[in-house]
Amino acid sequence: MVTLSMEIQLLFAGMLFLIGLVGFLVRRNVIYMLLSIEIMLNSAGLAFVIAGSHWMQTDGQVMFIFILTVSAAEVSVGLSLILQMYHHFRTLDANALKKLHDKK
Amino acid sequence: MDAYVGLIPGLPVLSFLTIVLFGRILSRRAVAIIAVGSVCLSAILTIVAGINFLSANPGGNAVTSTLYTWMSAGGFTAGITLSLDGLSLVFCFVITFVGALIHLYSIEFMQDDEGFSRFFAYMNLFVASMLVLVLAGNLLLLYLGWEGVGLCSYLLIGFWYKDPENSNAARKAFIVTRIGDTFMIIGLFLLFVSFGTLDINTLMQQATVQWPSGSPLAVISALLLLGGAVGKSAQLPLQTWLPDAMAGPSPVSALIHAATMVTAGVYLIARTHVLFSLAPAVQTLVAIIGAATLIIAGFSALNQHDLKRVLAYSTISQIGYMFLALGVGAWSAAIFHFMIHAFFKALLFLGAGSVILLLHEEHDMHKMGGLRKKLPLVFITFLIGGASLSALPLVTAGFYSKDQILWFSWSSDMGSKWLWLAGIAGALITSLYTFRMIFLTFFGKLKIEPKHKPGILMVIPLAVLAFLSLAGGFIELPENLGPVHLFSTLLNPLFPQVRLTGESLPEWLFQVISAIIALGGIWLAYSYYYKKRPFPALFNHHGLNNFFYKGWGFDRLYDLLVVRPVEWLSAINKDDVLDKIFTYIARSVEFFNGLLSRSQNGRLRLYALVLTAGLVILLTIMLTL
Repeated sequence: MVTLSMEIQLLFAGMLFLIGLVGFLVRRNVIYMLLSIEIMLNSAGLAFVIAGSHWMQTDGQVMFIFILTVSAAEVSVGLSLILQMYHHFRTLDANALKKLHDKK
Repeated sequence: MDAYVGLIPGLPVLSFLTIVLFGRILSRRAVAIIAVGSVCLSAILTIVAGINFLSANPGGNAVTSTLYTWMSAGGFTAGITLSLDGLSLVFCFVITFVGALIHLYSIEFMQDDEGFSRFFAYMNLFVASMLVLVLAGNLLLLYLGWEGVGLCSYLLIGFWYKDPENSNAARKAFIVTRIGDTFMIIGLFLLFVSFGTLDINTLMQQATVQWPSGSPLAVISALLLLGGAVGKSAQLPLQTWLPDAMAGPSPVSALIHAATMVTAGVYLIARTHVLFSLAPAVQTLVAIIGAATLIIAGFSALNQHDLKRVLAYSTISQIGYMFLALGVGAWSAAIFHFMIHAFFKALLFLGAGSVILLLHEEHDMHKMGGLRKKLPLVFITFLIGGASLSALPLVTAGFYSKDQILWFSWSSDMGSKWLWLAGIAGALITSLYTFRMIFLTFFGKLKIEPKHKPGILMVIPLAVLAFLSLAGGFIELPENLGPVHLFSTLLNPLFPQVRLTGESLPEWLFQVISAIIALGGIWLAYSYYYKKRPFPALFNHHGLNNFFYKGWGFDRLYDLLVVRPVEWLSAINKDDVLDKIFTYIARSVEFFNGLLSRSQNGRLRLYALVLTAGLVILLTIMLTL
């Protein structure tokens, strides 16, 4: 079994996070934005697991299960919101949602 | 000290609370019974306390007890400490007795007034505050009572508040006395900083130990306390509020603005006499203020038309005598005159109140006349009060008290012939204006028919006070007339003896002179106001009379010196600097609100971008540091 050094592992998690972040910023479709958030969450979870395996602690994996649960909840809420959004605006473009700002 | 002494001010407080809380549901009868009953009970308790004090305590030392610790912080403690000694006993006696009589009188006087229960609530609160003032064992509690009586004075002057003139008079009284109070509280701070305590007895002992005679701190603190006393007692230069204070109901004028509250300044100086003895210059100033005030107020009294304003100026003038006595070190003479003055001036005010009430609220003496036959009881008692005020020799109490002051103002080592001369001139003016008032009101043609005869509740207080105005003087006779010194025996343990110069003229000579002066004043009044002889041209000068009538133009002077500049300043400084600061704070908040609310535009992706940018910036900073 090949063991990678800690730096490489974390770099991998960081790249995953960056991919998610860039996706979140450049995509206009809210479903893709939600997907990007999931990627970022998973990268964070990956970082926890890496740290846990490095210090031989189970806490990292416990944390990952938490993140998994939270993201599952988040996705279910997010998807239902997206559904509602589609009902109301007939679009999934995030730029179309501008009704929440101060009318000045 | 027994606990019941706490009830002396406690009962009026209870009565005040009862009337305030249940005044609407209580009948007038119940209100009257509660209010008068509480003060009467206080009077009885005062007698009991007095007897106990004299029998258990022949040395005359003060008995103190702390009922409750008011506050305690760091090295400072102030308790609800009551202290009973000869001085506070005399004041308590006058407050509760004269107070009870005036309460009794007020039942009839105020019977048709819609503010009946409000009136008695205020009066009870006043009696309670005044008792706290004179029983207080420390200066802070004294100050509480001091402000309490000031508040009640304000409330009662403006009792008929629907007339703006009355409210203005109330405000004037409050503000002018407040000037004095400010001096006084600064004085209290100074004393506290110097000695670390406000307990009166400790303070006085410490002062004699730490401060040499004439030391600057003693002079300043005595001056500051004098400022408070001058404001409260309506002495020069803060005397202008008292004549206007006559806007209140007559019983109020009798109780607050003649018998008790205005003499609080006299009490304060007597209570802190040690400080004044340490500052002889200030003590001389007290005498000079007294002498000047009694002359100035006397001339003003001579030119008033309003019956009550004559009495108001007369009060100022009589308190001037008390200040004169304090200033020459005749402490117990001042307190004696306070007591006698309380009797006859309360009597005169109550008599004047009856006359005004029965003549359909007519205040002008020139429109009165001939009431001698119509209101014989009021006339006789008023005559007795007037005789006592003009110090009619031998028979009246006023003679004994005033004679003592005049004698000491000459013979004390702090006195001088100028002070005596002022006093004796004041005595002439006093008897002149008193009998001018009596001749104008009760003699001559009947001009207004009185409504009816005064009722029994009005007559009893008049009669009792008339008796006291005559007999009150016999408890303290001059050295050469008899060995009765009940009053000074009570007070002697508290005060140092008057130091006489020694090479003085015999006392009987002064008594004869003041007797002649008093009778001379009456004769002058008789010839000018009863026989209607024409005035000498000198005194018939209209401008001069008007000048005296307006109280020597002090109101105009203060208007010019204080009121106008303050109004001018506030006019040009309408949006003052402080205001501007707050305006700019509000404006800048509004500005940033506008700026930031523009960033809340609902663009989700912009938010995310800004968030990320912020994160990157923060990370960069953290990593480079």
